[in-house]
Amino acid sequence: SYFIFFSFQQRIEIHKLRQGDNLILGFSIGGGIDQDPTQNPFSEDKTDKGIYVTRVTEGGPAEVAGLQIGDKIMQVNGWDMTMVTHDQARKRLTKRNEEVVRLLVTRQSLQKAVQQSMMS
Amino acid sequence: KIESLKVTVDFLKVPLGLKKPPLKEALAAVPGPGRPKPFGVERHKPRCSDTMDNESQYSGYSYKSGHSRSSRKHRDRRDRHRSKSRDGSRGDKSVTIQAPGEPLLDNESTRGDERDDNWGETTTVVTGTSEHSISHDDITRITKDMEDSAHLDCSRHLGVLLAGALALFAFLTPLAFMLLPQLLWREELEPCGTPCEGLFISVAFKLLILLLGSWALFFRRPKAFFPRVFVFRALLMVLIFLLVVSYWLFYGVRILDSRDRNYQGVVQYAVSLVDALLFVHYLAVVLLELRQLQPQFTLKAVRSTDGASRFYNVGHLSIQRAAVWILENYYHDFPVYNPALLNLPKSVLSKKMSGFKVYSLGEENTTNNSTGQSRAVIAAAARRRDNSHNEYYYEEAEHERRVRKRRARLVVAVEEAFTHIKRLQEEDQKNPREIMDPREAAQAIFASMARAMQKYLRTTKQQPYHTMESILQHLEFCITHDMTPKVRGGHGERYLTAGPTIQYHKDRWLAKQWTLVSEEPVTNGLKDGVVFVLKRQDFSLVVSTKKIPFFKLSEEFVDPKSHKFVMRLQSETSV
Repeated sequence: SYFIFFSFQQRIEIHKLRQGDNLILGFSIGGGIDQDPTQNPFSEDKTDKGIYVTRVTEGGPAEVAGLQIGDKIMQVNGWDMTMVTHDQARKRLTKRNEEVVRLLVTRQSLQKAVQQSMMS
Repeated sequence: KIESLKVTVDFLKVPLGLKKPPLKEALAAVPGPGRPKPFGVERHKPRCSDTMDNESQYSGYSYKSGHSRSSRKHRDRRDRHRSKSRDGSRGDKSVTIQAPGEPLLDNESTRGDERDDNWGETTTVVTGTSEHSISHDDITRITKDMEDSAHLDCSRHLGVLLAGALALFAFLTPLAFMLLPQLLWREELEPCGTPCEGLFISVAFKLLILLLGSWALFFRRPKAFFPRVFVFRALLMVLIFLLVVSYWLFYGVRILDSRDRNYQGVVQYAVSLVDALLFVHYLAVVLLELRQLQPQFTLKAVRSTDGASRFYNVGHLSIQRAAVWILENYYHDFPVYNPALLNLPKSVLSKKMSGFKVYSLGEENTTNNSTGQSRAVIAAAARRRDNSHNEYYYEEAEHERRVRKRRARLVVAVEEAFTHIKRLQEEDQKNPREIMDPREAAQAIFASMARAMQKYLRTTKQQPYHTMESILQHLEFCITHDMTPKVRGGHGERYLTAGPTIQYHKDRWLAKQWTLVSEEPVTNGLKDGVVFVLKRQDFSLVVSTKKIPFFKLSEEFVDPKSHKFVMRLQSETSV
């Protein structure tokens, strides 16, 4: 067996949690076209200016939904997030009238190749 | 063995040349400064105190595992042994340096001419045109060199005489041109008024300028003997010769034979010769002086024994001129050659010498096995665990520590000594018996720092370079010029670091003779990759040439208004 390093897309549905007057998702984002992409520790390509998940609060809605640290957010509720500023991204995630956000994320993963499935 | 050690002790004493009586007088004359150390005792036991110092330092250490008494005793015995053997070897080396071991060739250069003073201080003597005839102490070679150099000296003198004669000839020719018609056919000459007088004046001044220029350019003290003829000078001499001869030829044919009556024409002819000579002088300036100024090559000079290296930028020079340039700079750039500092202490290296024996079983024809055998021995020796680097490291650290300790003592001693001396102010009322001149003052304070100085010099292995006389002279110098002890460097700068060779006493350390070894003829110009060697008896300077690269400078205009900056953003927002 051997290791393959690849990325795959995942759809994640997060139900926002109400905390006082705010609806929170339970994670932090970094990145954006107005930011410095070389500081991004999660991106493979250091010119990638996309939005990345930098922290996931424990027990929060994002963690429950399966969001992981290092994920790159490609779409939020159909809105593209690959060419947005940091503030635009924040706004799209924290719309007051939305209780559920459906994210399309890209995750890089190191997985053992499944030889059996190939053989079978 | 004790005899030999005694002998080496005597030799060790000589460089410092400690003399008892004058110091004692000085001490008695002046109200005692500092420590009245009995100097005689000091002299007879220099090494014992050294070893005691060594032991006191080692007692705290145990860099070899084992605090046991036996190991320490063994180590002390070994250290004492080692320091003795080291002193012994140092004693040997100081003997060879003092001995008048200069080869016979030096005597040649100090021939009893009135020009003796002018020959400068360095001599290069060729010993052959290829490098194969050099570098072996061969009596036959030395005698051959004697003959060669004798021959060369004659030719050198001849060259100078020839050049002088030619210059005189060229100088007097215009005058001759102008005088001959006057002398030979005066009556027939047309009178020549103002133009001629103007020409006379111009000739006079031009000749004066030529004289001054030639004096400035050519009649300088030669700084070195070159092994081969100086090509450009020879060229110029030939040029002048041809010029003057051709002028004489035309003069003889056109003017003398036909008795030309136009005196103004003759004078103008003479003036044109003077002009031509001035231009030749200009050419000489350009060829001999200016062409070499613009740096074209970088020379790297490396001393073969300790690797001290320097880089110099020179212009277009021939190899022999470049060699002289390097030597001139060598004396004030390179730290003085100290043979005592060369090798690893013997104790470190001794272990490496125990070898392997290789026995070949069976086979008779071992001709092709010999290289295999030696390779096997070397490989085996390399693979064996070798701790000599460990020894070397600790040895170095120890030495460093010792040097620093002694330096600290020396600095303190010097500072203290200088506090006892004060410059006499006019208003001070002092007993005339108490007033000293710099020499006496130096002697007075020397005693209090002598011991520290001596120990320091011995540790840094510099003691052959500084006799007591030279130290006193330097002290005197510093006192006269009100230098602080720091300048002396704590005798600092002069003693704390090994200075360049030129500051040491001339007779002993300035070599008069170097040998230039080169694969190419020494009158060839420098080119990229030329390597030549300047040899002395015990070390050599290897000089390699590299061409200074051609620089392509391009221009970039930066608008001052174009300097603009933004913040680097790396926000993290929690949602």
